[in-house]
Amino acid sequence: MLGKLSWAAIPFDQPIPLIASGMMILVILGVIVWVWAKGYVPYLWREWITSVDHKRIGVMYCILGMVMLLRGFIDAIMMRSQQALAFQSNGYLPPEHYNQIFSAHGTIMIFFVAMALVIGLMNFVLPLQLGVRDVAFPTLNSVGFWLTASGALLINMSLVVGEFARNGWLPYPPLSELRYSPGVGVDYYLWALQISGVGTLMTGLNFVTTILKIRAPGMSYMRMPVFCWTALASSLLIIAAFPVLTATLAMLLLDRYLGFHFFTNDAGGNAMMFVNLIWVWGHPEVYILVLPAFGVFSEVVSTFSGKPLFGYRSMVIATMAICLLSFLVWLHHFFTMGAGADVNAFFGIASMIIAVPTGVKIFNWLFTMYGGRIRFESPLLWAIGFMVTFTIGGMTGVLLAVPPADFVLHNSLFLVAHFHNVIIGAVVFGAFAGYTYWFPKAFGFTLDERLGKAAFWCWFIGFYMAFMPLYAVGLLGMTRRMQHYDVAEWRPWLLVAMAGAVVILCGIGLQIAQLVVSIRTREERRDLTGDPWDGRSLEWATASPPPAFNFAVLPDVRGQEAYWGIKEHAIETQHMVDEPEYRAIEMPRNSPTGVVTAFFATVTGFSLIWHIWWLVALGLVGAFATFVVFAWRDVDEYEIPAEEVARLDRARRAARLAVLPSLSRPT
Amino acid sequence: MSETAMPAALDDPNRVGHHGAEATGYGAGGPAPKRVVTAYGFWLFLLSDFVVFSAFFATYAVLAKATAGGPQARQLFNLTNVGVETACLLASSFACGMASIAASVRSQLWTQICLLVTGLLGFAFVALEVSEFARMNAEGAGPARSAFLSAFFSLVGLHGLHVSVGLLWLGTMMAQILAKGFRPTMMRRLLCFTLFWHALDIIWVALFTTVYLMGAG
Repeated sequence: MLGKLSWAAIPFDQPIPLIASGMMILVILGVIVWVWAKGYVPYLWREWITSVDHKRIGVMYCILGMVMLLRGFIDAIMMRSQQALAFQSNGYLPPEHYNQIFSAHGTIMIFFVAMALVIGLMNFVLPLQLGVRDVAFPTLNSVGFWLTASGALLINMSLVVGEFARNGWLPYPPLSELRYSPGVGVDYYLWALQISGVGTLMTGLNFVTTILKIRAPGMSYMRMPVFCWTALASSLLIIAAFPVLTATLAMLLLDRYLGFHFFTNDAGGNAMMFVNLIWVWGHPEVYILVLPAFGVFSEVVSTFSGKPLFGYRSMVIATMAICLLSFLVWLHHFFTMGAGADVNAFFGIASMIIAVPTGVKIFNWLFTMYGGRIRFESPLLWAIGFMVTFTIGGMTGVLLAVPPADFVLHNSLFLVAHFHNVIIGAVVFGAFAGYTYWFPKAFGFTLDERLGKAAFWCWFIGFYMAFMPLYAVGLLGMTRRMQHYDVAEWRPWLLVAMAGAVVILCGIGLQIAQLVVSIRTREERRDLTGDPWDGRSLEWATASPPPAFNFAVLPDVRGQEAYWGIKEHAIETQHMVDEPEYRAIEMPRNSPTGVVTAFFATVTGFSLIWHIWWLVALGLVGAFATFVVFAWRDVDEYEIPAEEVARLDRARRAARLAVLPSLSRPT
Repeated sequence: MSETAMPAALDDPNRVGHHGAEATGYGAGGPAPKRVVTAYGFWLFLLSDFVVFSAFFATYAVLAKATAGGPQARQLFNLTNVGVETACLLASSFACGMASIAASVRSQLWTQICLLVTGLLGFAFVALEVSEFARMNAEGAGPARSAFLSAFFSLVGLHGLHVSVGLLWLGTMMAQILAKGFRPTMMRRLLCFTLFWHALDIIWVALFTTVYLMGAG
């Protein structure tokens, strides 16, 4: 009846997961009860859960990413403290638990933190920067988000019911095959990623269609903000790479569930093929994450330097070059497999070539700042922190791209230090820069600068304390994923790294404080004009928070920095563009399709993990029924009357007109 | 505002992409119409689906000789059966094309007839494939026998799964066209379905060549 599921699945004998899952359930229950008691349920259902508005979905992605960041960070600090303690002893985490923690840490941080934050920012910003009202397929957008949330839910369920994978963030066979991993851990991993992967693919399709087909009049390719270009490159990579992930994980599932022999040791299976396939997805994935972060930095550096971006065209070319090159380097993740000197040399050189367009970008940002009127607000601090940190990470990357050096350094903590250096230094810093930069646009008030800067410094210093020692200890020969060790020379470095993790923890604490303080003092920090940073692209042309329709009339784009041109003209003439003729606007109706689909996807995934076949069938039938009900709808749009549009837009115009006399440009 | 009257401040700071008052760039005249957007998005989906298939094709190419002492391609494939399958699928695609012509002249009767023929031929294809799989399985040449057979069953089966899901979609859509008529949403869905159905033909041609013709030779 319940397949492999029984009471034995709950870890009653292991205090740490039991307490952790107990806490998690209590927090979730607490939130649910609080929401219920306050009577927020109908509001949440109407305005958020069923929303197909790209701004709401973007915010929900970011919230998911930040909550998962807490989870992933708890894993991180457990690993750091284990390694700080486990010198000539067993520490406090038994090996099978420690292995689950590093697997969960990597999986969660990449798929549910970095991806969620990056996609969240793209979702929120893209239509605003393109000067349009929504993405190409709003309901599909909602389905994509909820499928991602479904994957995150399944991963976290593994803490309570059963176990998680023990073979790292990528399930290399034959270890991940049924013979060596008979438990449900790998199945949790595989089904969670299959479900969220489908969601990510939908998002990629949606964004590419939006960027290529839905732009404001006059917004030609070479007038799009660089963030749109990087989002385009990232979404193209999603379309080209995520199907490979789906196919590869499907093969492993077939091996595990139906006894196929893709990657087994016997019957002709080929485990090395898995490693090739997974990195054909895995390397572009790195750029899926980092390119939008580059886009954020481009916006931030230009805005806070008060200058147009230096070398716009070279930035676009560099972005697209990275997009292409990212498919030619996957083999550098396994030089030691033994593909031969020629093959390794090709991929080594290809990997080093990526440093060229990336270097172009770094110089463009520096030259943008050169001679600018720089305002050192926290988004720019993240950007400068990124430039320093990412350059170091890039150099160790070029070092690792040299095959003979890689033979010495592979699988060591040097490698771990390298990829944290680039992912934290670029993706995480970029996400925080974007979060601070666009927060006032999303919510109508700015974040507290003092706490924001303090949080930056904690993260920045904490990062160096936590990961520079890992370079050293990696050079001293310490391999990754060690549960305990006996080498005395390693210990001091690991203690420093532990202290660094604590400093980062302070940074996270300050960020939470920043959010709480800012919400409490929001009345004093209102963004009345919708342009708190003196921005340059179209998202700053609308109100903060923007109305559901974003723009009362689609902007007429006449230059590369569409909004800057309009603003300069208004300041010069002390006159705004004449009031347009307001018309009624058709917007897509909210739909519960996304959340209902995700519900059935979760049910199907959970029952597949536990071999509850009748429930699998039920889940699939439910998903199909949802599809039919959605397809059968008669009304998919609602109309915002012209008077309402006029009322909202007149308020925006009045607020802007009021500050117009106070704005003047130094010449 | 005409081009000559445009003040300097509205100008492009880097003088990039500025070609006068005319909207520049493809699609720069504002958002594309819904039909274009839908078809474009669906094309992108088809491309991503091709990438899934390409992973399975590559896997098949790697594992084609990994028979682990089990049966080889030459001993297993029955080209007559596969020829009939191919004929069904291609004829089904033709019927699908006829359906879109019938829909473009808004003929409910002929649209339904053509879609029905499309579905029946597609069903015949799936039925033949399933019987072929069952026969091989009964002969001890199931997917668990060797890596070659794993790759074969999943590549061909993935295509079959696509056709089956297409049949489900087709049935739903026929009911909808009957209930709701040829409204714009239905026409867009029909367009997407025909794209999907023809794309499966392209896959099948590649599959027929690499798996069956090259395997039987």
